[in-house]
Amino acid sequence: MDLSFGPEYEDFRDEVKTFIKDNLDDQPKPGAGPKSEEVRQWQAKLIANGFHSRTIPAEYGGFGAEPDIIKSRIIAEEFGAAQMNTGFSGQGISMLTPVLLEMGTEAQKQQFIKKTIHGELIWCQGYSEPGAGSDLASLTTRAELDGDEWVINGQKIWTSTAHISDWIFCLVRTEPEAPKHQGISFLLFEMNTPGIDVRPLVDMTGTANFNEVFFTDVRVPKDQIVGHRGQGWQVANAILGHERGSLAPPDAAMARLNGVIKLMQEETISGERVIDNPIFRDRLLKLQGRVMAMQYNDMRLLSATINKSQDTKLAGMVVKLIGTELRHEIECLGIDVMGEIGLSYGDNPYLRGNGSWQYQYMYYLGLIIGGGTSQIQKNIISERGLGMPKEPKIAQTGV
Amino acid sequence: MEFGLSEEQKLLQDSLTRFLKEQVSLDHIREVAAGESNDAMAWSGLSELGIPGLIIPESHGGVGLGMLDAVVVAEALGYHITPGPFISTAVIAPTMLMAAGQTERLTDVAAGQYRIGVALSEAIGSRLDAGISVTDGTATGKALFALDSEADSYLINGPDHSLYWVDAGDPGFSRKLLTTIDKTRTICELQLNKASVQLVSADPGVLLAGIDAGRVIQAADSLGAAQCMLDQAVAYSLQREQFNRVIASFQAVKHMCAEMASQLEPCRSLVWYAGHAMATASDDARLTACHAKAHLSEVAQFVARTSTEVHGGMGFTDLVGLHYWFKRIGANRQLLGSPELVREEAARAQNLVA
Repeated sequence: MDLSFGPEYEDFRDEVKTFIKDNLDDQPKPGAGPKSEEVRQWQAKLIANGFHSRTIPAEYGGFGAEPDIIKSRIIAEEFGAAQMNTGFSGQGISMLTPVLLEMGTEAQKQQFIKKTIHGELIWCQGYSEPGAGSDLASLTTRAELDGDEWVINGQKIWTSTAHISDWIFCLVRTEPEAPKHQGISFLLFEMNTPGIDVRPLVDMTGTANFNEVFFTDVRVPKDQIVGHRGQGWQVANAILGHERGSLAPPDAAMARLNGVIKLMQEETISGERVIDNPIFRDRLLKLQGRVMAMQYNDMRLLSATINKSQDTKLAGMVVKLIGTELRHEIECLGIDVMGEIGLSYGDNPYLRGNGSWQYQYMYYLGLIIGGGTSQIQKNIISERGLGMPKEPKIAQTGV
Repeated sequence: MEFGLSEEQKLLQDSLTRFLKEQVSLDHIREVAAGESNDAMAWSGLSELGIPGLIIPESHGGVGLGMLDAVVVAEALGYHITPGPFISTAVIAPTMLMAAGQTERLTDVAAGQYRIGVALSEAIGSRLDAGISVTDGTATGKALFALDSEADSYLINGPDHSLYWVDAGDPGFSRKLLTTIDKTRTICELQLNKASVQLVSADPGVLLAGIDAGRVIQAADSLGAAQCMLDQAVAYSLQREQFNRVIASFQAVKHMCAEMASQLEPCRSLVWYAGHAMATASDDARLTACHAKAHLSEVAQFVARTSTEVHGGMGFTDLVGLHYWFKRIGANRQLLGSPELVREEAARAQNLVA
């Protein structure tokens, strides 16, 4: 066990700190739009200094450094501690770019990666459908080849940022006769193509975090496909793994838990601080122990990416399940320590933390369901982690 | 940077596991539980492997390893619910004696020839009228739930978190075995009637160091025991058939096992870290020792219950023997502070209590 990163990394940390100190005042102002000049320039500066798109090759507009998980972590730690603007995020950067690097053609890499990481192209992800949630591979949005074009008909749901996206990466069924996992293709197309209708989907938080997207005879050039026809499932799975772990980072959970401590020190019940109430305090401490376990689990996973001799398969599989459930409970305690004040939402004058406690409490219920529900996670853990068999298929009737 | 066990630690775990697999079978546990055997066989085997002197310096005949190594050992001992006084004589007593600079008996401890029990319950939360008073080098009173009924001497919590040492052969000393659910380790009540005692330390830090070390070891013991219960549940579900299929193919059973694994796997990292923090005297050693003990108490209890349920009616019987693990985990939960008491100490350790 050696938890120090070593002297060369401490030098790197100093570099990051110096950049932050020198550039604190150059950050985009709060509220600056994603297409504004100051946001674009900031993004370019982050990439040029290796603090964004660090490992993306320079020929595709990235910084071109060798992958180094510890340096990435140091950047995240220092930017987080200084609350420094970390530049663009989103599914184009976190999900599509890695897939193009791995499976895209040279022309696709040239066409999309640089513009995507510089924030010039915003992407949304067209995977889930009303009839294809946990069983994503049963999706039915169809694309048929007509000359040099795909003609797409169907519907997607849970499509974040569809209303502001320039392009979509989308799973469609191109081989209806093939087994369900082998009949899917991964297409890329512009959101302003005729035949696309985006409708916001208001969720329980009161916000439209997602959209429904309808396709009616949407015509897309034939070569806008990643991988071959029928390979779309493998392409999509290569990046779903990226999404799951990142939904519930334990450091963010600890930051939120520390927020609950502050709240408990400030809020009072009949003049007594909530932190002095042993029942609430015990709930807090229970959660703290659980978050700590996830933080050290995370360090173990980080370490295993460097030293591959450790078997951390199970440790990685549980992060989404435990992390999202835990976060939901932390937000719940935040509400409970406030009692009726915790009901405040919107313009209520007693609102605490800008309404984030109720919002996050509901939002994390969404994340318990999204990205593979807790029940699907348990199937994966029991089958791939513990070697238990799949549920036998029920013989289909009349299909 | 390396968060994990070293090659040496893995080797230590492997060689220990080989010994435990061969020598500490369920049949042996049954003999110990029935009073037909005691912990002498396991303890002498562990002594040959150097386990009693694991954290004792080489200058005193020990192996000179640290708390993370002790965690690795405890995890393996817990997995096989090994009888014996590892936690008291090999961890808590040496930790306190080294902290107090009183190392003269450690050579005998390291050789496996001398056992030191510990009576610390009153330092954590006194029940009934337990406790001792000390005047002119003699102590009177009683200590409940002392660890190891076969020890040659005991370290006892005295007034104001001081620590005293009493010889089991002293004319003013008597002890009686207290029957508990857990038959793999012995617990007793100590009666002192003007027994000669020796002050080990008046510094509460000495006592706390022993309690914290004991808590980390208990957490590791529960981690190992719970891992074994999970493994047994999965293995049983893959072999037991109902409705013409193995019950491991039912989602209800799979989800019970997945929940056990999901809660238990991160515990491994927490317990390892707690051992590492103590070995390196990190500022958060006390806090993580408390959290490791409390959190493992909760998770291991959940695993103990759920694994028993996966076994169905057989889990409830004596035939499968699963209850020996259930009871070991149950004992670890209460000894050195139940989770509520330990979490309160964790709160104090970060100044959250007014």
